[in-house]
Amino acid sequence: MSNKGRVALALAAVCLLTGCAELGGKPKAAAPIRINEDPYPSTYVRYPGVLTVIRHATVFDGEGKQINDGTVIFGDGVVQGIGGPELATPAGAQEIDGTGKFVTPGVIDIHSHLGDYPSPGVESQSDGNEATSPARPEVWAEHSVWPQDPGFTRALMNGGVTTLQVLPGSANLFGGRSVTLKNVPARTAQGMKFPGAPYGLKMACGENPKRVYGSKGNMPQTRMGNIAYARGVWIKAQAYKRKWDKYERNGGEMPERDLAMDTLRGVLAGKILVQNHCYRADEMANMIDMSHEFGYKIAAFHHAVESYKIADLLAREGICSAMWADWYGFKMESYDAIKENIPFVHNAGACAIVHSDDPNGIQRLNQEAAKALADGIRAGIPNLSEAIAWTWLSRNPAQAMGILDKTGTLAPGKMADVVLWNGDPFSDYSRPERVWIDGAMMYDANDPKHRPVTDFELGQPGEGDVK
Amino acid sequence: MIARLAGLLLAAAAVGAQGQTFVIRGGTVALGDGSEPIPNGTVVVRDGRVVAAGGMQMKLPAGAQVIDATGKWVTPGIIGGFTRLGISEVDLSAEGSEDVSANGPFSAAIDVVPSVNPLASTIAVNRADGVTRALVSPGTGKSIFGGQGAVIDTGADMDPITAARKFQFVELGETGADKAGGSRSSAFALFRNALREASQLRRYAVPMQASRGQEPDERDRPIVRDPNESRIYEARRNEDVLLTRYDAAALVPVLQGRQYLFVHVERASDILNVLSLTHDFPGLKIVLVGATEGWTVADRIARAGVPVIASAVNDLPASFEQLAATQSNVGRMRAAGVNVSIGMIDDNDTRNIFAQRQYAGNLVALQRVPGAAGVSWGEALAMITSRPAEAIGMGREIGSLAPGRRADVVIWSGDPLEGSSAAEAVFIDGVRQPLENHQTRLRDRYRYLPRRDLPEAYRH
Repeated sequence: MSNKGRVALALAAVCLLTGCAELGGKPKAAAPIRINEDPYPSTYVRYPGVLTVIRHATVFDGEGKQINDGTVIFGDGVVQGIGGPELATPAGAQEIDGTGKFVTPGVIDIHSHLGDYPSPGVESQSDGNEATSPARPEVWAEHSVWPQDPGFTRALMNGGVTTLQVLPGSANLFGGRSVTLKNVPARTAQGMKFPGAPYGLKMACGENPKRVYGSKGNMPQTRMGNIAYARGVWIKAQAYKRKWDKYERNGGEMPERDLAMDTLRGVLAGKILVQNHCYRADEMANMIDMSHEFGYKIAAFHHAVESYKIADLLAREGICSAMWADWYGFKMESYDAIKENIPFVHNAGACAIVHSDDPNGIQRLNQEAAKALADGIRAGIPNLSEAIAWTWLSRNPAQAMGILDKTGTLAPGKMADVVLWNGDPFSDYSRPERVWIDGAMMYDANDPKHRPVTDFELGQPGEGDVK
Repeated sequence: MIARLAGLLLAAAAVGAQGQTFVIRGGTVALGDGSEPIPNGTVVVRDGRVVAAGGMQMKLPAGAQVIDATGKWVTPGIIGGFTRLGISEVDLSAEGSEDVSANGPFSAAIDVVPSVNPLASTIAVNRADGVTRALVSPGTGKSIFGGQGAVIDTGADMDPITAARKFQFVELGETGADKAGGSRSSAFALFRNALREASQLRRYAVPMQASRGQEPDERDRPIVRDPNESRIYEARRNEDVLLTRYDAAALVPVLQGRQYLFVHVERASDILNVLSLTHDFPGLKIVLVGATEGWTVADRIARAGVPVIASAVNDLPASFEQLAATQSNVGRMRAAGVNVSIGMIDDNDTRNIFAQRQYAGNLVALQRVPGAAGVSWGEALAMITSRPAEAIGMGREIGSLAPGRRADVVIWSGDPLEGSSAAEAVFIDGVRQPLENHQTRLRDRYRYLPRRDLPEAYRH
């Protein structure tokens, strides 16, 4: 900044504090008006729970530790204690015998389209891609979420999923804002919104944007077009940010608001996390350079089937990879998928996440982690264990979604998002027996009354059936 | 570790060539016929066929090579129940690499065989995971008829076809309605008309052979004679025909019951409508594909004696024809006496056939969920081995370790219904198969990332 600029800034600051009458008699600049950054706030309130102690279970704490004959205590919505058999049962607590069972933090899926592409998957409910321009950062996934999507309930009951990030699709370079949801049935999307979770911005590179727009004869038609287009948008976003930062410092006439640019400004300010759909290693490297060029941080690459090729780079950059265990080859950019991707990324010291991108896959993320773990061990990756692999299912996604201080592990004080499995969750033979969200029991395999049934399914064949 | 593995593979390469005898012993053996696994079992293979398998104590045949499977599991190879394996290298936007979407002038006449590429990476990837055979259907184009599907093996050779033209595939549910112009009524009218047109050609067709003594029934023969290479070609036809002659001729074996008819339907009412087709066309040998709502009419499917190839754990009302979807579908149909197999219907059917064993494991898990219906371990394995073979009359040829079956055998690191277990040795027709593929080569190339004297491209 030039000296002249500093002086102007200092003057402006003084003006703000004191008014400027005695400094030259210019008319006073109007104080800046703050834009509401949370106009669709969460209305989620946790449901009541009882003080609960699970004893004699095998516990994966989510931080990579396994406790045999473990004890987990939770009440008032939060984890109150975790340890071995020595942990005392608080007075009045309900005790659950976890012998032969396993306790884990709730599964977190960082990549879901539930609610935006709900079941039934008919055109009138296809709300995941605003494929009308390559840059649509102004759309918010939460405004497409249909809370009656039966998929939410399957993810809860079969998958032990307690938190999920719903993202716009990948047709666009800038798909829009994601929303993080508690997997608790509600009448509105607001009623599911995870309180205090930051927003994400869905970005995409590679085949999808260039196919969707290229086929219409529009830019981008190529990968170079993808990058050029995205850079152009970031340049606008930087200018917008400068203008608004100045306004918020100095006041004066309010610049015109632009919803799309609001989101990108939030990214450049570090408030909104970039969730970047990207398959190929070379393209991830391009996206990393773009983030450096414009001064933002990528939280996670999603799908990331070639992360194993640049796991060292991803570790250096502190970028997570959200991956499938074994999906491959359905398109060219997934052609080089390998079954050891997840453990290889983990082994490089980078952050590995198991994700679904699928209303069926979200019901089996634990089994996907089991396959990846086994493949890693077979490939000779050292220091792998089931407890370590659980970090791929809750801790690491929580980190990449900016909610690790609230959930993702069983550390005391965190939300009591807990799953009791009827066996080792790394086995195909195990299922969730009970699921708690914020300490409230939302599913009990032994009690049909503790099984959510969506509005859509009422009165339909199979209503209330096990699913 | 990888180098050591390669060494072991080389050492084993001599084992299992055609004409040789070998014995796998010490492992937990599951026959694939629905029975429970047998600890410390033995499998004897000679000339590409299973001679004996089970818990018997036997004198080893002279000259037999012995493979020690202590601590391992041994099963028949997995059969892809309903797939499009081998006909698509890459599914999306890779023109020339996939043969699934076909919009040419023909429908029922299409034979999937020329589309099958035995060197497809999808075949290699599934072979490495213990999938040894698959029922391969053509995709559907403009017509409700997809064409004639085959049974293939996944062996690393240029002869993938076990049985050509084994079944005709037809869509009669939501997809069929869509292709027929928008309604199920339209789809059924098209279907009935197609069979009517075929019936006009039937009298010119090859006569059916009656079973004689020990002769295998014509219907169980692995190869269905190509209906289009017959004198049907010269037959006179009416003027008011919709199908090409070639398509109509292809439906003659369906009418005669010499070729199975795979019908994809999901909704309960669609299932019943399909079952009732046999009133007018008694020769049809129907196999239901999908049948997500099958559990609601399971007794009627069982009474009709119609096998089902189902999605194992389909539990979402993903469409209006699947509102009653539940993971208990398979278990409930089985309990009602239906022959059920697991397939990959609308589920990465070109490539993720290996997921079937995980799904089968999930069906076992359902036994412990109150109110749910699962299946026993032995039955779950059967649903991905012998049951699909039985559904198309090939149960005496493939799908189990009973004496005389083709020696498709897999040695697993552990329980094969656990996704964490891996296939360590795969035999097809008694021939030991390579398990390397594009993925394993990439794995080995990028196992260590630090920069070396030459780029990664030189690591091979």
